[in-house]
Amino acid sequence: MSTISSTAINWFFACKTTDVPHNGGVCIKYKDEQIALFYFSRSDTWYATQNLCPHRRQMALSRGMTGTHQGEPKVACPFHKKTFSLKDGRCLTDEHECSLTVYPVRLEDDRVYIGIQSGVEVGVPVTVEAL
Amino acid sequence: MKIVVIGNGMVGHKFCEKITQKLGINTARIVIFGEETLPAYDRVHLSEYFSGKTADDLFLAPAGWYVSQGITLHLGDPVHSIDRVNKTVTSLKGISETYDFLVMATGSAAFVPNIAGTDKKGVFIYRTIEDLELMKSYAPRTSRGAVIGGGLLGLEAAKALLDLGIADTSVIEFAPRLMPRQIDDKGSAVLQSKLQQLGLQVLTGKNTSAILGEDTITGLAFSDGTSLNADMLVISAGIKPRDELAAACGLETGPRGGIVVNDLLQTTDPFIYAIGECALYNNMIYGLVAPGYEMAEVAATHITETSRQDSSALKSFTGFDMSTKLKLIGVDVASFGDPFPGQGHSIVMEDSISGVYQRINVSQDGKYLLGGILIGNADAYNMLLQTCKNNMPLPANPADILLGPRNGSASAGAGVDALPDEAVICSCESITKAAICQAVTDGQETLDAVKKCTKAGTCCGGCTPMVKDLISATMKAQGKYIRNVVCEHFDYSRQELLDLIKVKSLRSFDEALDHYGHGEGCEICKPVVSSILASLWNDMILAKGNDTAQDSNDRYLANIQKGGTYSVVPRIPGGEITPEKLIIIGTIAKDYNLYTKITGGQRIDLFGAHLGDLPAIWEALIAAGFESGHAYGKALRTVKSCVGSTWCRFGLHDSVSYAIRIEERYRGLRAPHKIKSAVSGCIRECAEAQSKDFGIIATEKGWNLYVCGNGGSKPQHALLLAQDLDSETCIRYIDRFLMFYIKTADPLTRTATWLNKLEGGIEYLRNVVVNDSLGIAASLEAEMQSLVDNYKCEWKEVVESPELRKKFSHFINAPEEKDPTVKFETLRDQKKAADWK
Repeated sequence: MSTISSTAINWFFACKTTDVPHNGGVCIKYKDEQIALFYFSRSDTWYATQNLCPHRRQMALSRGMTGTHQGEPKVACPFHKKTFSLKDGRCLTDEHECSLTVYPVRLEDDRVYIGIQSGVEVGVPVTVEAL
Repeated sequence: MKIVVIGNGMVGHKFCEKITQKLGINTARIVIFGEETLPAYDRVHLSEYFSGKTADDLFLAPAGWYVSQGITLHLGDPVHSIDRVNKTVTSLKGISETYDFLVMATGSAAFVPNIAGTDKKGVFIYRTIEDLELMKSYAPRTSRGAVIGGGLLGLEAAKALLDLGIADTSVIEFAPRLMPRQIDDKGSAVLQSKLQQLGLQVLTGKNTSAILGEDTITGLAFSDGTSLNADMLVISAGIKPRDELAAACGLETGPRGGIVVNDLLQTTDPFIYAIGECALYNNMIYGLVAPGYEMAEVAATHITETSRQDSSALKSFTGFDMSTKLKLIGVDVASFGDPFPGQGHSIVMEDSISGVYQRINVSQDGKYLLGGILIGNADAYNMLLQTCKNNMPLPANPADILLGPRNGSASAGAGVDALPDEAVICSCESITKAAICQAVTDGQETLDAVKKCTKAGTCCGGCTPMVKDLISATMKAQGKYIRNVVCEHFDYSRQELLDLIKVKSLRSFDEALDHYGHGEGCEICKPVVSSILASLWNDMILAKGNDTAQDSNDRYLANIQKGGTYSVVPRIPGGEITPEKLIIIGTIAKDYNLYTKITGGQRIDLFGAHLGDLPAIWEALIAAGFESGHAYGKALRTVKSCVGSTWCRFGLHDSVSYAIRIEERYRGLRAPHKIKSAVSGCIRECAEAQSKDFGIIATEKGWNLYVCGNGGSKPQHALLLAQDLDSETCIRYIDRFLMFYIKTADPLTRTATWLNKLEGGIEYLRNVVVNDSLGIAASLEAEMQSLVDNYKCEWKEVVESPELRKKFSHFINAPEEKDPTVKFETLRDQKKAADWK
């Protein structure tokens, strides 16, 4: 894992906090790409991943059910219920499945920002360790 | 100590797993040389590479495993020579390594018969992922395929050609029948006709004399003067042990190939072992993975013990049962024990209608099972194999073990309880019944936990049903109440949770989690709690913040389909619809470019709707008098009907009117699983009511009520609950039946499965519903009535609420835009979803 300093991250405005349902996700359009944004109200935490489920390449993760597996936040794809960690994007139900790209999320008042590493196309795996 | 392993196939890999397990990581230095460029993969499931699996899916170890075990892996670099005097191997690239022990797991190569022209373009062998990739890139130019070899591998190769889209594929076998080594003439004939039904040509008794064509294959010539056109050929006529390296360094090899080994798997040099398909034990090559794994175990044990100078638990290889069960192109094929014994009796069951052939061989005295063959249906394989291997006595009438008990006598097979402790349940990993039961006793009480702990069922998976039975049986024997708690977030069964939520009058998932759960919930408990809430209160499911706790189809009140669009199903009660309404459905489908199809439940499904279009589509449907069909929910789906006495000359009662009444009564009713129903107007049963969760059939005197039937993958006929009922009583019984099911069933359990598990079965259920043995009939009826009174069309509520409508957009920050990745193709003048990638 590599640590990416905040200067290398380009933060874009995604939506208002009130646009996102509690304990669920929405899909954000960023340029020609799609990012799934999730809000866990009990722990007041935000996560963002690619919207594409790598299993059958469907744009569906934002519509998936969220939850935890032994404390680790996860989302289940609506198609075949493969689940992915929202912390590091790895697939929790199939160790051979590809991982999701995860993105850092930042709040300013009621505005939600998602961080894209500058110079890196959305969808290309980048692991972010420290935010 | 230093161990060099030659070969990184399944058996070589298994040896590394075993030796690191026994010695501990980093106790020995282990170096592997592999000829292929890929690390060890699952060759047994190689043909799945063409049905969608990738090389990644087939790898036996996760990336980084070898490093984590301290093993050096040289890929794409075969060993070139062995110097036994200096105990050194040298690879093709020039790497030299000394060894204390050398393990040869060189496997086998495809046997290519001596036919002129095997070097022509379009001729392939079927052995490695690389071979498969070559076939894959060649296949698009091909319209007629052929396979030489009608054994196990040949049929696998034929499946690969079918999977590559070459529909016109022929299998050529030299012997007069398919799979000559495993099954008998009649079995082969049944298999052959089954494969021919699936589109495969089968030519037996054919000796290929030449491969035709200039540089590229155009066909095959046979010794009987006939020929066959083909532009692609796969040779899969058997295997040839890779013993050339062993022979070159002076180890003894067999006359027809194979490195000679003793029962410790040592070659004629005690520091060199040979395991897997390259080893010749007792004049036999073992061409299956399970004996190869057993050899890996024996060699690893012996090396460990030799290095510790401890021979306490000496283990030896004593040959291996070659029983096998496979699915070849969708047809079950199994043989076990001795399929062709010289003496004794045979019991044969042949059913040429459904293509099933089963033969068991029984000892002269009729007491023991010697072996057998199963074609077309091998469900009984595991039990038969165990009965045979453990020398268990047969029932008094041995045919019962094949055909099941008849004439109402008691059950024949005694099930897993009767197996001895030493019975090997998983033969790939050689795991005994005792080991599995011990794991369960130690607290591994789920299939996944047992698989992880014992490795049983992790290779071919054939023993999984038996492992499951052993888990339940062991837990039951310990007097453990098998309590199906919902998931890690709720330590309650569904039934307990329903009672608790009712007592506390909880109305949302969050409240339920606060009171009775922990953590954040998950995709298992959220739909369960949401279903319970709906079954108790029938509130609008998207209200009170419950929308994200719904299963994702319920959250969008539509069924997600391939590509991410949704299907829309308006309710058409009883399947009756006016011409005006039909026209409106057609108009809406045209307006929104939807694919239309009549469903099995007598309604119309509209596919391919964008998420953002759903509210507008429903606004139009509702304006025309339609309402939600709840096709997306675990809820009442349809009440199918035949036309009944209004038109039919046989009809006894008006089945359509009754079906409509019932569908309107229970519409929107949410349950542990979906519920289907039907009403037939006479005994001819055109509405197929006996395949439904509850079905009603008209009689001269009233209605017969059947319950707990099922179609789908495990069809089951519904059972008669009560007969000759008047319309009102029938509905009261249905109220009680449905409410009792809703309150007591486990999540995602259909009524048929629920009844199968219900102690006392249909008799008990009849007592509860008809005789009110629990004294709850009145409250069940009252609870159902309150659900019926609370019904509202949830789509109508969404359409009328701007707040709810907002939730139906793909992009939250661009609500007007649709998902640009959605793609359609055209088929028979309508659209269809683009295929999965």
